Amino acid sequence: MQQPEHDGGGHTHFRGKTHLYGRIGDVMTGAAGPRAGGAMVEFDSVGLRYGPDGEVLSDISFNLQPGSFYFLTGASGAGKTSLLKMLYLAQRPSRGIVRLFGEDLGAMARHRLPGFRRRIGVVFQDFRLIPHLSARDNIALPLRIAGVGEEDLAGPVGEMLSWIGLDARAEARPATLSGGEQQRVAIARAVIARPQLLVADEPTGNVDPEMAMRLLGLFEALNRLGTTVVVATHDIHLISRIDNAQMMRLEKGRLSDPTGALRYPPNRS
Amino acid sequence: MIIPRVPVQHRRLLPEPRLSGPTPWVIAILMMLTLLSAAAGVGLARSADAIGQAIAGRVTVQIVTANPVTRSEQAAELRRTAAAEPYVRAARRVERDELLATLGQWLGGAGGDDPVLKSLPLPALVDIDLGGGESGDRARQLDRLKTLVERIAPGARVIPHAEWLAPVARLIRSLAWIAGGLVLLMVLASAAVVIMTARAALGTHYATIEMLHLIGATDRQITRLFQRRIAIDTAYGIALGTIVAAAILLLIGWQWSDVTSGLAATASLGTGGWALLLALPLLAIALAALTARQTLLAALKKIL
Repeated sequence: MQQPEHDGGGHTHFRGKTHLYGRIGDVMTGAAGPRAGGAMVEFDSVGLRYGPDGEVLSDISFNLQPGSFYFLTGASGAGKTSLLKMLYLAQRPSRGIVRLFGEDLGAMARHRLPGFRRRIGVVFQDFRLIPHLSARDNIALPLRIAGVGEEDLAGPVGEMLSWIGLDARAEARPATLSGGEQQRVAIARAVIARPQLLVADEPTGNVDPEMAMRLLGLFEALNRLGTTVVVATHDIHLISRIDNAQMMRLEKGRLSDPTGALRYPPNRS
Repeated sequence: MIIPRVPVQHRRLLPEPRLSGPTPWVIAILMMLTLLSAAAGVGLARSADAIGQAIAGRVTVQIVTANPVTRSEQAAELRRTAAAEPYVRAARRVERDELLATLGQWLGGAGGDDPVLKSLPLPALVDIDLGGGESGDRARQLDRLKTLVERIAPGARVIPHAEWLAPVARLIRSLAWIAGGLVLLMVLASAAVVIMTARAALGTHYATIEMLHLIGATDRQITRLFQRRIAIDTAYGIALGTIVAAAILLLIGWQWSDVTSGLAATASLGTGGWALLLALPLLAIALAALTARQTLLAALKKIL
């Protein structure tokens, strides 16, 4: 798969044309980027409630280090999806501080959110493919939104389709794809722009073990290239496949961190 | 830009074909009614102005002296003397044959040659057009004319046309204002239709919009997408409404061209009126696009 090329100025180019990260490079300058040696994501005493009911997440504090791999686990209803929503900027916290790429989400102006969202890839549990677009167009969507020209995205999209084994079904609508095929398209869409943070909610729930391993291999490859990966899963076999992955466990809306390693991670050397 | 340029691949994010909903048809009906109301308003306003200009300075002096010879002499004297006055633009004696011909239309005897008609004791009439000036000047001119008439033909009646035609002109002007009000109401109704269409579109495509937001689409990108669709759908409706309204106006104009008498003959649209009617559809498209844009931006701001 063709990857973007990084220039020395913090911009990324796709076949010589300023790409997604080129625009994000503007955000990355100055205070927008993660502080040197700092966390990519910081949660400090974060609480989240929907409406007048009690908090679904309480006192969540952790730091996600750049280039790390995390598994988020917990029973159904523990708040995994709510936590992920805050990670991919679909939800602001009710209290506490969420800092992404060095910026306080609570204080961030709304018009700046799109620039940050383009740095995050999301695999949704329910795929959320756009039903009237083909698999090819669904995968190409993040690049098109980022302003990549048609001539520049044809190659990466084709290679991604080939990689997930759906090049023969590139023009198929999601409704005609199986659950596993839809999930592969959703994953391809999440990773095609090579995000700095990849958030996946049960990404292997609908694929066979072989495809699950291939997808995990892709996440690992992205992680090796510097992408921070957060995967919410129940699959214990999946967790055991990644050597350096860290565990985040939610129990009834609270993060289990008995050693404090998530809140105060050791410096990686 | 009224209809923003959106790449073809982005346009596919909205699936429905054109003219799929009621919006273009509702806009077409509203546009047709707007143009017809505007045409009626312009025509009536111009008619009221024409009547106003025609009657503003016109006065008819009715000499009713019993002796026909004296009556005729007084009329001739008044015409001559009035014509020499600086505040009089024109003075004309209405000839007896002209009076008989007019009366003949009502009393029978075409051409005014009926013996009974000829035996009627008709007054002598002198039409006088006062000179220009403001309404205050006009009142002074009328006072001077009355003094003149009293001196030459005591007992003659001075009838300013404005006194009896002004209510008609006021009524026509009121109708023109009502037509203008209808235009305004229909513009507001059209804007309301566009607002409802924009909100409905957002509701229908909420899942797509949420997805686009989450992968980094800006409000502006999403708005352009919907604004383009709504502007084009609205433009179709406006074009259809304009074509129907133009056909109706041309039909009325063709029938109106045969009307040459009385107040009806004063009604016309004029160059300015036609220019306004041509500009209205373009203004409507711009208004629809702007309304859609503002509605969409306001609605999107409520989504994180």
